[in-house]
Amino acid sequence: MPRAIDTDELQRLLGEQNVQLVEVLPASNYEKEHIRSAINIPLRELDDRAPVELERERPVVVYCNDYQ
Amino acid sequence: MGFSDVYDFRAGKKSWGSYGLPREGTEVPERTAGSVAHRDVPTCTLDEPLASVRKRVRAAGWDTCVVVNEQRVVLGRLGREALAGDDERSIAASMSPGPSTVRPSIGADALLERMHARSLTSYLVTTPDGRLVGVVRREDLDVREPTRQG
Repeated sequence: MPRAIDTDELQRLLGEQNVQLVEVLPASNYEKEHIRSAINIPLRELDDRAPVELERERPVVVYCNDYQ
Repeated sequence: MGFSDVYDFRAGKKSWGSYGLPREGTEVPERTAGSVAHRDVPTCTLDEPLASVRKRVRAAGWDTCVVVNEQRVVLGRLGREALAGDDERSIAASMSPGPSTVRPSIGADALLERMHARSLTSYLVTTPDGRLVGVVRREDLDVREPTRQG
């Protein structure tokens, strides 16, 4: 279960660690706007792509538009 | 999937943007209120004497001062007239409370449009929790505004 973090904590993680930041929205949404340095893996593709594209030993932060 | 160190940034990218934090993308404005804001705008607290605030603000070359609390949350604004007021008046009595604010993520063009529509010459820029980022003046945004001919 991913641990929830807030804006301050994300800033800290981005500054201190080799974080893999992943936007899980569709590609069209990502192209319009995303957090700097984020990559895009849409939620429906996450199971297939995450094991290939993300490194297990590095922290992963996922996000979408807002909390719903 | 075997990932042990996973976090969920629940506030999401809209919230991130509203704090003026770095974004990319085809619809992210190149210039935003956050990027053009004057972050050195003078501030004061409610308990300061008006005379000393006026002296400090003028010495810094400004004619406005933002009234904030200890967390830099905006409480009000002192304009030129308020700053020139009676020394005996408190900051609370002199300031305009609840000034108009915008988030750092608003694009420069959209902000300029809003200023024209509301006949405002400046806006305070604050984070969603009300903390001061800076002030944006209309002339910072409108490079096409006709210059006054002598």
